[in-house]
Amino acid sequence: MGWFADMLGPFRGFAVTLRQMTRPRLTTSYPKEKRVKPQRFHGRHVLNRYPDGMEKCIGCELCAGVCPARCIYVRGADNPPDNPVSPGERYGFIYEINMLRCIFCAMCVEACPTEAITMTHLFEMSTTTRDDAIYTRDELLVEMDGTPRHPDPPNRLFDFDELKLGSGWMRATAPGGRAAFEGVVAWTPSATQGELPAERGQSAASGAEDPDPDSRSSSPQGGEELPTDPPDRSSSPDGEELPTDPPGSVDPDSTRSSSTPQGGEELPSDPKDRHEP
Amino acid sequence: MSGWELFFEAAIKAVAVFALVLVTVIILVWFERKVVADMQNRLGPMRAGPWGILQTIADGVKLIFKEPVVPRKVEYALYMVAPIAALVPAILIFMVIPIGEPFTLGDRVINLAGADLNIGLLYILAMSSVAVYAVVLAGWASGSKYPLLGSVRASAQMISYEAAMGLALVPVVMFTGTTSMSKIVDAQAGDFLGFLGVWNIILIPSFIIFFISGVAETNRAPFDLVEAENEIVGGYHTEYSGFRFALFFLAEYANIFNISAITVTLFLGGWHGPNFGAPDWIAWALPIFWFMAKSFMLVFVFVWIRASLPRMRYDQLMAFGWKKLIPVSLLWIVLSSVAIAVRRLGLPWT
Repeated sequence: MGWFADMLGPFRGFAVTLRQMTRPRLTTSYPKEKRVKPQRFHGRHVLNRYPDGMEKCIGCELCAGVCPARCIYVRGADNPPDNPVSPGERYGFIYEINMLRCIFCAMCVEACPTEAITMTHLFEMSTTTRDDAIYTRDELLVEMDGTPRHPDPPNRLFDFDELKLGSGWMRATAPGGRAAFEGVVAWTPSATQGELPAERGQSAASGAEDPDPDSRSSSPQGGEELPTDPPDRSSSPDGEELPTDPPGSVDPDSTRSSSTPQGGEELPSDPKDRHEP
Repeated sequence: MSGWELFFEAAIKAVAVFALVLVTVIILVWFERKVVADMQNRLGPMRAGPWGILQTIADGVKLIFKEPVVPRKVEYALYMVAPIAALVPAILIFMVIPIGEPFTLGDRVINLAGADLNIGLLYILAMSSVAVYAVVLAGWASGSKYPLLGSVRASAQMISYEAAMGLALVPVVMFTGTTSMSKIVDAQAGDFLGFLGVWNIILIPSFIIFFISGVAETNRAPFDLVEAENEIVGGYHTEYSGFRFALFFLAEYANIFNISAITVTLFLGGWHGPNFGAPDWIAWALPIFWFMAKSFMLVFVFVWIRASLPRMRYDQLMAFGWKKLIPVSLLWIVLSSVAIAVRRLGLPWT
């Protein structure tokens, strides 16, 4: 019967194609439905603000210096004393990013000392002229409530709610982004967005696969997403006892009154500072 | 039966066949894209109309409004004639296929076929040979090397598979004793086990050979090296654009449906099918439904083959046609003539 099986060989492919008809479709009907993007999606940049509305950018030009594509142009200026733009001495007076040159490597995010520039989930940036591809400071700055500005008018094809999702960028670069702080609510991503759910780390299921965006953006405690058992917390690398209660979000007023932009690191009493390696 | 009545009947039938072919092709293209998409875990066309069902119409409109580019080196008259020569045989073949039960209007019996020729099968073979002309003319008149290569391939392939196709039809004619399509359908009337039709399924080797040759005849995968994109661009229609290309496209899909419909007529009982004691107002449409359902089942097989099998090499194609299909069909002719002789005359030793 070997010859019979050999003869049927070419026909096994027919069973394969027929079986595929019952499988789920992989296509996403793109403009209508959009995939949940990864937390650290390399999308368009934004310039963040502190919760009180002050700009985070201090005009240090480190982002422009580190940019391998040379697509960022920054000029800093001294803050007007009576009406400061940023908590520091200077602020980003001119800030332009040429999206045609940008390679979305996020080196600028790494370089920024104040978390002023981060990336978003926005990626629909097609323009009809090259000039429009150069994003200026006004377009890059988030709104006073922390929502990134969208260059296009409201349109049913754009998912503006997605902008309200806390991206992973703030958490990746925030003090609370360390693996040792898994399960600890440690950072307010940007103004008025409430607190993100606590860090879940890489041991728990990834947040990118979370189909329900509300559970990420609006639930302040995110308790149901916590890993129920934190064994890795008790056995931290340095063996030190970790804080049992979350340090809580940084008070906006204290951020403003402190001279350095990152209020959290200024507080010596903050328990998470003890865990700097 | 006056001459005018005949004229009007013929005119109405011609228009109806033309419309039917066009509508079927429109559905067919969409159907193929959807089925192939399903088999590849995709969605297929989804934008134009519900489930993209208007996609073919959108494509057609686009092709009509496209600029018909005519290359400088074409043989103008033949270049223009070739697309028409491709479509006309496709529609003419469909003219002789009975798509439903004949009905009586007044004192006349009207066949639901464009023309009930008594040489229907020969006519079909002749027309499918004529279709080769379109391919050869298109390839040659384009004045370009890839179309020429494609058309040489196509004509060689179509002629060699025509032989296997014709030989596969011989047992059908021997069994039914006629070449008229409607008589062949009539010969398959009756029930078997209550609902199964007495089809020419007993001629299953003929059925398989005919269907394989049909796939090759329409230049479909896995025999589509006529338009093997990675070797010879688009084959014989490389230099055609706009609606002239659409005519080739139309002809190809019309031929797919033709082969399916001919196979259904010859082997799968044509429009015969159970009517489940349906009331009259449904019963008259049921034969047409059965015919279409069976045809689209075979069209599905066409698409299924395309989604499953890779393209053959040219020498494999020729060897398969000449060394496998033709000897097998010759052998099958001998066997079936012996069977017919035994049935008529009894065993030789009795």
